[in-house]
Amino acid sequence: MSDVADRVKKIVVEHLGVEEDKVVEAASFIDDLGADSLDTVELVMAFEEEFGIEIPDDAAETIQTFGDAVKFISEAS
Amino acid sequence: MFDLTGKTALVTGASGGIGGAIAKALHAAGATVGLSGTRVEPLEALAAELGERAHVLPCNLSDGEAVDALPKQAIAAMGSVDILVNNAGITRDQLFMRMSDDEWQSVIDVNLTSAMRLCRGVMRPMMKARWGRIINVSSIVGATGNPGQVNYAASKAGLVGMTKSIAYEVASRGITANAVAPGFIATAMTDKLNDDQKTTINKQIPAARMGSSDEIAAAVLYLASPEAGYVTGSTLHVNGGMAML
Repeated sequence: MSDVADRVKKIVVEHLGVEEDKVVEAASFIDDLGADSLDTVELVMAFEEEFGIEIPDDAAETIQTFGDAVKFISEAS
Repeated sequence: MFDLTGKTALVTGASGGIGGAIAKALHAAGATVGLSGTRVEPLEALAAELGERAHVLPCNLSDGEAVDALPKQAIAAMGSVDILVNNAGITRDQLFMRMSDDEWQSVIDVNLTSAMRLCRGVMRPMMKARWGRIINVSSIVGATGNPGQVNYAASKAGLVGMTKSIAYEVASRGITANAVAPGFIATAMTDKLNDDQKTTINKQIPAARMGSSDEIAAAVLYLASPEAGYVTGSTLHVNGGMAML
């Protein structure tokens, strides 16, 4: 697993309080990992901070799963 | 009780009577205060009076870009904004039938839209901090209506609905949002009324007197305090019993 994926996973596990093995590529933050809409905003904020990038609102809306997040951040950073 | 040591507060309309009293009360409780307003001179005079822990942050609230920049300026000056008090307000009274689009829009822009922009601007750091206090100064006329003040009353009622919705969204993050709704408050403006006019007003108030700026400031101080952490989405009416809501 890439370094980006590890760092994203760490944030997701810490923020949502879920087991690490639940955070798989297709896992939806809301449907599978128990996030509410405010959690998803906070996750995006945490990603921005961790990776020093800006994630615009329209892009943030496309980040639904763990895999989406890793893909977006890998391309952006 | 109500110790704000180490907290930072941004107060709009701090050049006015009520805003100045709010800034003084928060400062006296230990907060660092950012004093915002359009008129620089009274802000600087107030900052000089307060001494340490006071920053002057002038802003024209009818200028959207300037409003968006204000939270960043406040954070640069104070390190954070833990408490936001949207106190600034204007009136442009007119009979409704004669009210122009400009009279409507200018009041909505300053009283409601600027408050929304400032709330939005402080939300991200408050979410991260898991602590925040938003206090929007509404008015009794937002609840009761008032002839000649269709624009003002709409803006003040709008603040209440906005405050409640924000309160819902962020309550789980340790952030509260509340409104304070003053009734008749003695200010430089009401000092100009003659005795007959004052008597007429006081007859409508069970407490039989106008309120003071300090009585509004005390309500704001309470809602800003750690002790008020379980109070959110509420409107605290400070009106001498004029409207019991």
